[in-house]
Amino acid sequence: MRAWFLGAALASGALAVAAGCGGGGGSELTVSAASSLTAAFTRYGAEFRAAHARFSFGGSDVLAAQIEQRARPDVFAAANTDYPEELHNRGLAGRPVPFATNRLVIAVPADQTSIRSVRDLARPGVTIAIGSASVPIGSYTRQVLLGLGGAENAAIMRNVATQEPDVAGIVGKLTQGAVDAGFTYVTDVDATQGQLRAIDLPSRLQPSVTYAATVLNGSNHRAQARAFIHGLVTGAGATALRQAGFGPPPK
Amino acid sequence: MSGSRRFTAVLVGALALALTFLTVPIVAIFLDTGPARLVSSLDDPVAVDALRLSLETTAASLAIIVVVGTPAAYLLATRSFRARSLVITLVELPLVLPPAVAGIGLLAALGPNGILGGLLDDAGVVLVLQTAGVIVALTFVAAPFFLRQAQAAFEAVDRRTLEASRTLGSGEGRTLLRVAIPAARAGLAAGLALAWGRALGEFGATLMFAGSVRGVTQTVPLAIYDRFATDFPAALALSAVLVAISGALLLTIKLVVRPSPTADAPG
Repeated sequence: MRAWFLGAALASGALAVAAGCGGGGGSELTVSAASSLTAAFTRYGAEFRAAHARFSFGGSDVLAAQIEQRARPDVFAAANTDYPEELHNRGLAGRPVPFATNRLVIAVPADQTSIRSVRDLARPGVTIAIGSASVPIGSYTRQVLLGLGGAENAAIMRNVATQEPDVAGIVGKLTQGAVDAGFTYVTDVDATQGQLRAIDLPSRLQPSVTYAATVLNGSNHRAQARAFIHGLVTGAGATALRQAGFGPPPK
Repeated sequence: MSGSRRFTAVLVGALALALTFLTVPIVAIFLDTGPARLVSSLDDPVAVDALRLSLETTAASLAIIVVVGTPAAYLLATRSFRARSLVITLVELPLVLPPAVAGIGLLAALGPNGILGGLLDDAGVVLVLQTAGVIVALTFVAAPFFLRQAQAAFEAVDRRTLEASRTLGSGEGRTLLRVAIPAARAGLAAGLALAWGRALGEFGATLMFAGSVRGVTQTVPLAIYDRFATDFPAALALSAVLVAISGALLLTIKLVVRPSPTADAPG
């Protein structure tokens, strides 16, 4: 029994080491990117010629924390400007480049008809998925709810059934029918190809959602990293972002 | 002679490598967390809620595992029947499932859109995003650890002891309770400790099936992940608390339950 466990642990350790060492040579660009960029970046990565782009998608907050713990991707693309700005101020990354905007929406399963506006989310018994406070989707959502005022904000927060670590978690709970509604970006709804439906927020509640990317200091592929970010602003990356429903960066 | 010595050196080297690899991360958690931080992390109400929830849900799932798992393992250990090895393989399958697969599987089976979702809904049972869902996820991933150990423990009990009990007029049930379980108690306890440890550490299946809400579904591993982004030292401190609790559990069970002479006797 013990031998079995030890063997399994050693084997998985060896596998992890082997995986970590793979692809050391050649031009490989490591990109840590917000979960909401998954579809757009995957498409862009297939067309990016300067290097082979390898992506690590996750909550922007977790990716930023990994970088602070000395994980060193070449590019960091976040769903806000705060996290790249913070890394820049700490001397860990170059100047952030805003490259896209997004809109926050209420996402509901396509067959859900009882929720039509943000007010419906305050009804007792409605279940809602939001992002945890540290991930950008979660802090944008809290911004929206604060704009609603105290009573409604409190009623909606009472209906929160789960606080997910990234948008992928929120979308998963929605498509599985585990919750009635969730706050996501409009691009996440588009990416589900009809499984989810977006309900627009009143424009006075809409937060400004700007994505920014930065080249990490200490990257061994600075030229390719800069080319990757440049392509996001004008080029194949920008095209992929527009196709996925992202807006152009603010002027 | 020197060949055998070289072989021993290889064995020692392998064990040293394994020991270092397996203990360095745990040592690092405690080196980075002073005792003061460890204690102050317990002042945080979010951490306390997570600890309370973790202890409650793991205790509930362990109770289910022991009550159902003990007789099930006894059957597997003492009876031979067709498809026995198939049943054993199926019961052990969750051992090798990645937690994410367990989470997806639970959603596909017991989620609102799952194959049994309608049935549960009709019965008024909601598991997804509820504390009950956490218990279901923990039970799913931890049960095989107990079943596997319990079966081995019952198999090691001397058959003649069981037969003697029966010839002396004890019923099957009485034999299980009064003879088999006491004789196998060390192995059962080891299985309990392993299953408890696995349940305490469960992350992926819980997040996918039960979500994360403070006090309802946010167990300690989920609280640690939540802090990782915002407060690394606090995440480390809470990790240290979890390691300490799991370690203490393992040790307590090992010390309290000593192997009985019958279990060690050659069968």
